[in-house]
Amino acid sequence: MLEVKDLEVIVGGRKILDGVNLRIDPGETCVLLGPNGSGKSTLLQAIVGNPTYQITGTIFFKGEDITQMPTNERIKRGLGISFQHPPAVRGVKLLDVMEEMHGDGEKIEEMAERMGLGDFLERDLNLGFSGGELKRSEMVQLLTLQPDLVLLDEPDSGVDVENLELIGEVINEILKRSSKPRFRNRSGLIITHMGSIMQYVKPDKGFVMLDGKIVCSGKPEELINQIKKNGYEGCMKCIN
Amino acid sequence: MYKLSLEFSKLDKKLREKALKAVDKKALYGEDVDLDRYGEGEKDLSSITNLNELDENERKALTDVGIQEENRSGSYLQFDNSVLLELQIQEGIEVMSIFKALEKYDWLKDYWWNAVAVDQDKFTAYSQLHEPMGYFIRAKPYIKSEFPVQSCLYIKSGGTVQNVHNIIVAEEGSELDVITGCAVGEKTEDALHIGISEFFVKRDATLSFTMIHSWGEGVAVRPRSAAIIEENGTFFSNYVNMRRTKSIQMYPTAYCVGKNSMARYSTVMVAREGSKIDIGSRSVLKAEGSKTEMISRAIGLGGEAYIRGDIEGEAEDVKGHLECRGLMLKDEGFIFSIPELKASLQNLDLSHEAAIGKIAEDEIFYLMTRGLSAEEATAAIVRGFLNVETKGLPKALDEEMRKTIEASLSSML
Repeated sequence: MLEVKDLEVIVGGRKILDGVNLRIDPGETCVLLGPNGSGKSTLLQAIVGNPTYQITGTIFFKGEDITQMPTNERIKRGLGISFQHPPAVRGVKLLDVMEEMHGDGEKIEEMAERMGLGDFLERDLNLGFSGGELKRSEMVQLLTLQPDLVLLDEPDSGVDVENLELIGEVINEILKRSSKPRFRNRSGLIITHMGSIMQYVKPDKGFVMLDGKIVCSGKPEELINQIKKNGYEGCMKCIN
Repeated sequence: MYKLSLEFSKLDKKLREKALKAVDKKALYGEDVDLDRYGEGEKDLSSITNLNELDENERKALTDVGIQEENRSGSYLQFDNSVLLELQIQEGIEVMSIFKALEKYDWLKDYWWNAVAVDQDKFTAYSQLHEPMGYFIRAKPYIKSEFPVQSCLYIKSGGTVQNVHNIIVAEEGSELDVITGCAVGEKTEDALHIGISEFFVKRDATLSFTMIHSWGEGVAVRPRSAAIIEENGTFFSNYVNMRRTKSIQMYPTAYCVGKNSMARYSTVMVAREGSKIDIGSRSVLKAEGSKTEMISRAIGLGGEAYIRGDIEGEAEDVKGHLECRGLMLKDEGFIFSIPELKASLQNLDLSHEAAIGKIAEDEIFYLMTRGLSAEEATAAIVRGFLNVETKGLPKALDEEMRKTIEASLSSML
């Protein structure tokens, strides 16, 4: 589904990613762990093509080199992302972007209702939304988009238990986690800081990122337990 | 000459004397205009019975500013200084040239130069001294306009001063919607529009006035307008100008003189290269509980834009808010936002917010992750910026505003 080779990313003159290699197979859901500032969000935004980034290396999606492709073309090909801090877009309604992604008005309303955002369709996108509302708004947009590879940047940060359960349910639905593994065709890459989303979404694989490099991969539960026990300092000791 | 009653003639004479003293009085804002450069254009064009009698270019120019055949409660059409069409359609709503109205209603002497001062500046003085043309629109008491009344002021001949004086009255309990489209002939290179508009909103009445300006790059525009709003009356003033215009300077004023009266302005403008635009909105809250809201949006596209706003609170319990946003789409030209608040007692609430910025890259990227191209994302943000909330505006007029904005979007990006 996704293959990232020797990816280096410079943002505002600073090297943030330093030779990232990553592979996600069809049907596979992975978590990306790492301390603040290690480059996790940068990796996700590089995959969807943040135009302010200077990039070397290659990104393949479904076998196609998308490294130089404009963001919207990547989205057309089946990529989707939820942001940790989505910007407010004044004057553009949540409904406008949902219609852009999916023409069916009735379904849009149904999905918004389900996410508790029925009254938000006519509101300016993300403007004055609370933390939980922002996360639900990102989720309802992904539900509309139905991407083949879902990139989720901390869907669990700042979210209360009830919202977390709903968000987990939606992620599982988009990723078709209830299907048998061999029938799953959607893939996911989830950034989580404390792993709380893993109560609801059971990933297949985990990666640890330190200082702009993926330094370790393994079983998600084991990784998170190690990190909880020894912190990321433990990871550093382990790799050196 | 108008055929006026003796009493009206006396008033007219006094006004002329006052005007004469102001013929050289420069306007407070905007670049000066040499009035001697202009002639009076066509004064005797023959009238028409419907818009199809106009040539194709003229019809298109009119359509672009919201003038149409269908779904109107009345029509007034003026080319240069000639009246081409004055049409009353709905019972209880009068539409006629000011010339006819002044002859018909002697009581108009109480309205003529009542809201705007004749000696405000050289433009008001010129208007009074040169026998203006213009329209009179009035909704009789408790009449509601089913459709908007439309008026169109069109400059056909180069070198013309179009001299307009309008009076609009919404009588007690009435609801009147007016759309005015201003346009100019394709080849009209150099012209001046002076437009005096006096609005009277009586007790419990609502008047919404939407003006779409589509002047050309050789036209100087100097409207002088004011509204007097009585108890529980509501005045909506909506303004759109998306085209390159040599210069526009106006500072319409709403006097809220009745208890709980309200004035609301929405202003949308684009300052293209070569345009000098200076537009303000002023409300004077003179009566207890009166309110005002002003929303302005300006796009800088290489031209000069002054956006002024002024709220003066002079009575108990009044409330006013002024919001002005600018979006710079070029590194040339400027947007100068000047909000002013004046309070002369304790118990009131006046506020303003102003912001000028550019289109944020992170917003474009975000919308691109929702599938929009960079161009579509930029257009969506600019469209969103210009789509001011037009609370209380009838749907038809709201659509005209949006249509005008939409039509010019591609030329801005």
